Amino acid sequence: MSAVLNPRPKIVPGEIVAEGVSKSYGAPQFRKEVVQNCSFTIERAKLTVMVGPSGCGKSTLIRLLAGFEQPSAGRIVLDGAPLAEPSRDRLVVFQETALFPWMTTWDNILYGPRARGELSRETREFGEFLLAKVGLQDFRDKYPGQLSGGMQRRAELARAMINNPKVMILDEPFRGLDAMTKELMWEYYSRLYEENRRTNFFVTTDIDEAVFLADRMLVMSNIPTQVRAVIDVDLPRPRKLVDLVESDRANDIKKQALSILHAEAMRSFSRGSKAAADFVDAYLKRASRA
Amino acid sequence: MSGQLAKFATNRAFWRGVIAVAVFLVLWEIGARSKQWMTPEFFAPFKALLGAMGFKKDYLPWIGAVPAPSAVLKAWIAVLGQAGYWQSWYMSFFRVMGGFFAAMLIGIPFGLALAVSRVAHGIGFPTFEVLRPIPPLAWVPASIIFWPTQELAITFITFLGAFYTIVINVLGGARSIDVRYFQAAQSMGSSRWDIFRRIILPGTLPSIMVGSAVGMGITWEVVVAAEMISGGGSQQAGTGGGLGFFIWNSYVGGSYEQIVVGMISIGIAGFASSELLRWAGRYATPWLRVR
Repeated sequence: MSAVLNPRPKIVPGEIVAEGVSKSYGAPQFRKEVVQNCSFTIERAKLTVMVGPSGCGKSTLIRLLAGFEQPSAGRIVLDGAPLAEPSRDRLVVFQETALFPWMTTWDNILYGPRARGELSRETREFGEFLLAKVGLQDFRDKYPGQLSGGMQRRAELARAMINNPKVMILDEPFRGLDAMTKELMWEYYSRLYEENRRTNFFVTTDIDEAVFLADRMLVMSNIPTQVRAVIDVDLPRPRKLVDLVESDRANDIKKQALSILHAEAMRSFSRGSKAAADFVDAYLKRASRA
Repeated sequence: MSGQLAKFATNRAFWRGVIAVAVFLVLWEIGARSKQWMTPEFFAPFKALLGAMGFKKDYLPWIGAVPAPSAVLKAWIAVLGQAGYWQSWYMSFFRVMGGFFAAMLIGIPFGLALAVSRVAHGIGFPTFEVLRPIPPLAWVPASIIFWPTQELAITFITFLGAFYTIVINVLGGARSIDVRYFQAAQSMGSSRWDIFRRIILPGTLPSIMVGSAVGMGITWEVVVAAEMISGGGSQQAGTGGGLGFFIWNSYVGGSYEQIVVGMISIGIAGFASSELLRWAGRYATPWLRVR
């Protein structure tokens, strides 16, 4: 392919601080607190991975971070300014895929600039650059229904990146992919991150995914959602899956996180949560492999 | 084009269809010529019973009472040259299209408004739901009184036939759009108008096409009945009262072959309009074609 000049706009990584955030739903008498007094920092230019059992309220946190919903108590600030409306500063890459089915890959990628009336020669060039970056040049005029699962996720990454957000929020983006594709996506995504060092916030239930990707890992408790532990994942970058399998440090981190998650799951399990029961099953399978 | 024809010639489904139609026609021809289902002697013992059920003639209901396809074909060829027959086609098509496009023109914006605005929904939906169960044909007398011409009255009835279906489909379609599309669009900086134009409208398009196809079917059912009831909207009988009136007129005039000609004409007209819509739908929603 022809030499593409680097049309990338300058990346300005942001930092998000959540202080004592709570979120409850329902009428007052049936009020259910999903997130309770939750505080954490998504550090500037780092890849923070939030890992916790499914159904622990991570998706609620994402809606709060994105600004689709407002916290019942506490506050969330981006670079010192409280969050309000959803904004291109904090873009969400959704579970499964949220590409617009009626637009081609190319139109999906250009959606943000087009919606804001910022479609220029530069943004188009940046679009081309990103299209090449995610390896979808041959699929630019295809509709999402014609792309494979992995391609859809890559297209969605490109659609987010063209808006040059300060923080990228990824809500279990690789869920539903087969194991092989998923691992390829990890390597692909972490390379992307290593290149641009944007602030990334990645939510997952998969401990292997978390260890492979994270600079910092937030281990979550079950409902009400709170941060149980913060683990610094000081593994060298660039990372490769094969290296990680043999790394003692990686396994230590994984065990550390698993023991916290296990305690958490047992606690919920005794309360009879279906999500927790699922998690214990998954955990037992993992533990026997580790 | 010749490639397409060749594809047809080797297509099993196509030949299955051809054979099915041919067998149907042959059975019909045989049945119509037989004139009698069983000999009168055979069912003589049951005569009292059959008489009690209302069968007055000496045969049971049988396709022998219906003109044979060969006779229908003959009658058809005869009317092909008559201006009145084509006038009937024209009138029915005109009314169907008039009512149908009016229903699209009013129904699509109305359905979208119900979907996106709580206020519009609060004002419009209850009235709509009360009127919806009223069958279009129940509107015929009121419509004839209300509208200044019979033409408008019939077109209004056909409009009603398609309108409710289109509105319900548009409303349902717009409501079932994945909330994440809105969230994604919103966070990428879309204005409300932009979300409407780029998300709601294309997201609802498949439902609009489905609603239209169903609505088109109903308009044909309704126009024919409306024409029969209202006397075709024409002062001189048989000169352009639409296909429904053509059938009615043939019945009154005792030309049974022409009744069947009229029926099959409606079948062809309905099929052609649905096909036209399907084609337009495929063109309008290219992303569904590629699945």
